[in-house]
Amino acid sequence: MEWLARLGSATLARFSAMGRATFVLTGALIAKPQPMKHIPLTIQQMYVVGVQSLSIIVVSGLFIGMVMALQGYTILVDYGAEGSLGPMVALSLLRELGPVVTALLFAGRAGSALTAEIGLMKATEQLSSMEMMAVDPLRRVVAPRLWAGMISMPLLAIIFSAVGILGGHLVGVDWLGVDAGSYWSIMQSTVEWNEDVMNGIIKSVVFAFVCTWIAIFKGYDAVPTSEGISKATTQTVVYSSLAVLGLDFVLTAIMFGIE
Amino acid sequence: MHPSSLPGLHPTPVMELLNTTMDNLVDIQHLTFRRQKRVIYDDISLQIRKGQTTAIMGPSGIGKTTLLKLIGGQLKPDSGDVLFKGESIPGMSRRRLFDVRRQMSMLFQSGALFTDMSVYDNIAFPLREHTRLSEAVIEIIVMLKLQAVGLRGAAHLMPAELSGGMARRAALARAIALDPELILYDEPFAGQDPISMGVLVKLIKALNDALNLTSVVVTHDVNEVMSIADYVYILAEKKIIGEGTPEEIRKSDSPLVQQFLNGEADGPVPFHFPAPSMESALQGVK
Repeated sequence: MEWLARLGSATLARFSAMGRATFVLTGALIAKPQPMKHIPLTIQQMYVVGVQSLSIIVVSGLFIGMVMALQGYTILVDYGAEGSLGPMVALSLLRELGPVVTALLFAGRAGSALTAEIGLMKATEQLSSMEMMAVDPLRRVVAPRLWAGMISMPLLAIIFSAVGILGGHLVGVDWLGVDAGSYWSIMQSTVEWNEDVMNGIIKSVVFAFVCTWIAIFKGYDAVPTSEGISKATTQTVVYSSLAVLGLDFVLTAIMFGIE
Repeated sequence: MHPSSLPGLHPTPVMELLNTTMDNLVDIQHLTFRRQKRVIYDDISLQIRKGQTTAIMGPSGIGKTTLLKLIGGQLKPDSGDVLFKGESIPGMSRRRLFDVRRQMSMLFQSGALFTDMSVYDNIAFPLREHTRLSEAVIEIIVMLKLQAVGLRGAAHLMPAELSGGMARRAALARAIALDPELILYDEPFAGQDPISMGVLVKLIKALNDALNLTSVVVTHDVNEVMSIADYVYILAEKKIIGEGTPEEIRKSDSPLVQQFLNGEADGPVPFHFPAPSMESALQGVK
């Protein structure tokens, strides 16, 4: 019977964590906007989570596009269909790899940093002292980071896909000799704006929201010790990755599932 | 001894009325506070009088910081009330509480300076958040506050570049940036060398007199605080075990108070944390 009690208390702990997470989210998002104060703070955070993640996103995008072109070419060339390399690379990037890989990299690069930063601010009583100064840390510290993550990640995903398509061009056209005209023109006629590009962007907006929410909540809720913060940082990466991969399946089924 | 701290004797409404009219900035009434099942405070009452320095002393680990958080409204009591200028802090809305907090400030034990800002920006932070002053005026105020704690030359440094004592003084400058009426000091002397301790003692006294502040100092450094306090409460075992002016406290005949003042290892506060007897522990009996 002991396992039943353990299951019960674990379930209750999950639910109370979800309640606290919702509290953090609403506390950060629902408030009278103070654009003069919060826009500069958000831009500052966008630099930290967005611009500083740019190099890892560009390099990964380039290599993934190159690998896809190489793998795709060796299969397509057997059927004489190497002209379809362009749409193959573009569709996989725009629909799947762009949003998903960006989200995974973002969780590892920016999410873990957000968790550690907020967790350490909590451990060193900075959040507490802010509260005693009548400044709400949810709005001053958490909200700008949340918005910055939600704005930056879709932009990063778009950059990732664009660089990936160029990487595919580099390998497919410049190295393996696929005709540049067919690479671009078949891509142009196959890729749909709403069906492919917009759906990919919607995916990355959802991933951005989930990853940033997990990252800030894990930091805000961390046990304020060095052990607690290390645990929270790990959990951010693990939970974000699982959430992204799981949600990706759900979103793909909704968007591209057979009617 | 205050009547409310005697067991079985509760203040009558008339006495309570007298207390609130006696210029109490903070009035804690019959406060009980628990952490999970552990009782931290059991029905304590104490008053912080306006313009005075009140010291709250006690052995470490009895939740003195908790008391400051209760006054600041970061924690809510299980029963009893905390009044600030006659208004109940636990009963306030969040918005009202934030308004009230602008009249008080707290010096954290770690200083809690924002590590991503320079000393200057740390002290300007509450001014920028709560006032519409121009940067030129803010600069004057920040420099005045830094001058008061002797750190004007350190304005451009980052918190990581300060020594422990300097960090605490910078935090003190930030705490007085908005000219609060009440300052709560959490262990201001802990871990300080004798020189910075002397500086802090002098600063707390000077600020209290010059700015007409009300100060609450939570500490276990007996000698330092006895020299600046107007009134002293000693907390132990969830209760107030002694109160009075420093002279009255020194003359107290309570063995607990004497043990605390003289730093005796064993006495009414036992040396051993509660545990089963050594014999049964060695025999493996639980």
